[in-house]
Amino acid sequence: MRLLPILGASLVVVSVAAQARADDKPRESAKKHVEFGISVAQKGLWREAIYRWEQAAKIDPNYSAAYNDLAVAYEHEGQFDKARKAYEKALELEPENQLIRQNYELFKEINDRTNRRGSR
Amino acid sequence: MTARTAAAVASLALALTVSACSNFYEVPIETPIQPKMDVTPFQRVLIAGFLAGGSEDVDANLETVRLLRSQLRSKSSLRVIDADVLPLLELANEQRADKGPDTSAPASSGSSGAGSNGGGSGSSGSATPGGPSASQAPAAPAAGAGGKNAPKPGEAQHIRDEKDLQPLEGIFANVDFWKKIGEEYQNPLIVTGSVLFTAHARSGFVQREQEVIDQVGRRRVVPVRTYMERKGFILQPKFVFIDGRTGTTIYSESYKEEVLYSPQQATPALSSYFELMDRLVPSFLSTLSSQKIKGSRILMK
Repeated sequence: MRLLPILGASLVVVSVAAQARADDKPRESAKKHVEFGISVAQKGLWREAIYRWEQAAKIDPNYSAAYNDLAVAYEHEGQFDKARKAYEKALELEPENQLIRQNYELFKEINDRTNRRGSR
Repeated sequence: MTARTAAAVASLALALTVSACSNFYEVPIETPIQPKMDVTPFQRVLIAGFLAGGSEDVDANLETVRLLRSQLRSKSSLRVIDADVLPLLELANEQRADKGPDTSAPASSGSSGAGSNGGGSGSSGSATPGGPSASQAPAAPAAGAGGKNAPKPGEAQHIRDEKDLQPLEGIFANVDFWKKIGEEYQNPLIVTGSVLFTAHARSGFVQREQEVIDQVGRRRVVPVRTYMERKGFILQPKFVFIDGRTGTTIYSESYKEEVLYSPQQATPALSSYFELMDRLVPSFLSTLSSQKIKGSRILMK
């Protein structure tokens, strides 16, 4: 008899976990794209990485890491407008993330310098 | 029991740290920067020569031309023209003297381009037998400070500061002169300008670290402010980019860099010159060609 409440609680926990897993499916799928993007970016295949991270952002539009990685890739390709938008989206989703902020600050330094040149 | 719990907590913390660490990766990136100037109309570049002044220990005209040519050869897609270095200071002086007190009209242009047989040494302050004469080179237009301090023809004026340089800078606006040089070298992009490399000294308080041994015999490093007279150099180059097809200036930029050494250091002027130019060269190159800025960013899972 004493086991019944424990069993009941366990069932609740399991059902909540199952629900959470169902909610995480887009994130899991997006994460696979992100991970693959990282592995190809490390080999210098930045265009393939961009494709993967764009897919990840499409699948899970709230995935800040996908936007951060996209921003880095755009920056590497010299697409500064796209990079800025992606950094801003990543920071909008995760404003307290210091890694994204650090990337963004470094990007802004270069971008500002380029803009100064353009206005001369 | 307590020790075992502590060990478990520590291992859990370590595992969490490791898993957290594997969620981001530092990657090297190269950010491409577009050139400041559109150089697509040009396939070749002529580093013509510079109005140089300041320290007599360094031939800033010759050294600047050599350095920029070698940098552009390896870091730009433009072909660098190998030509004699123009003794620009002499030419500017001659043009100014030629103009005389009446600065209203430029002198008639000569039959041959100034760059065609320009001086072999390219050193400023020395007359070059093969160099273009005052009558051959077109005169510079009116140049602000007036002609009363202009040296007599044949007299080499030494540039000591910006004030000396200013009246000679009219040569950069002499469209006929640069157009002729452009014609001589099949319309390249012409790079010229001025380089002022001057010795300077500055005295004041300098903070430095000093090792001290305290009362109990421990070594410590403490910041100490000491009055010091330091000597060094200032480099002030101005790069002028001229369209060889029209003779007009299309872009120019100025820099100022300085270095100071402690009295114990005996740094040769030429070493200082290269140290200071080293700081400016990346910016100069990024005017003409796209550059890549190396850095690193964090990728996240």
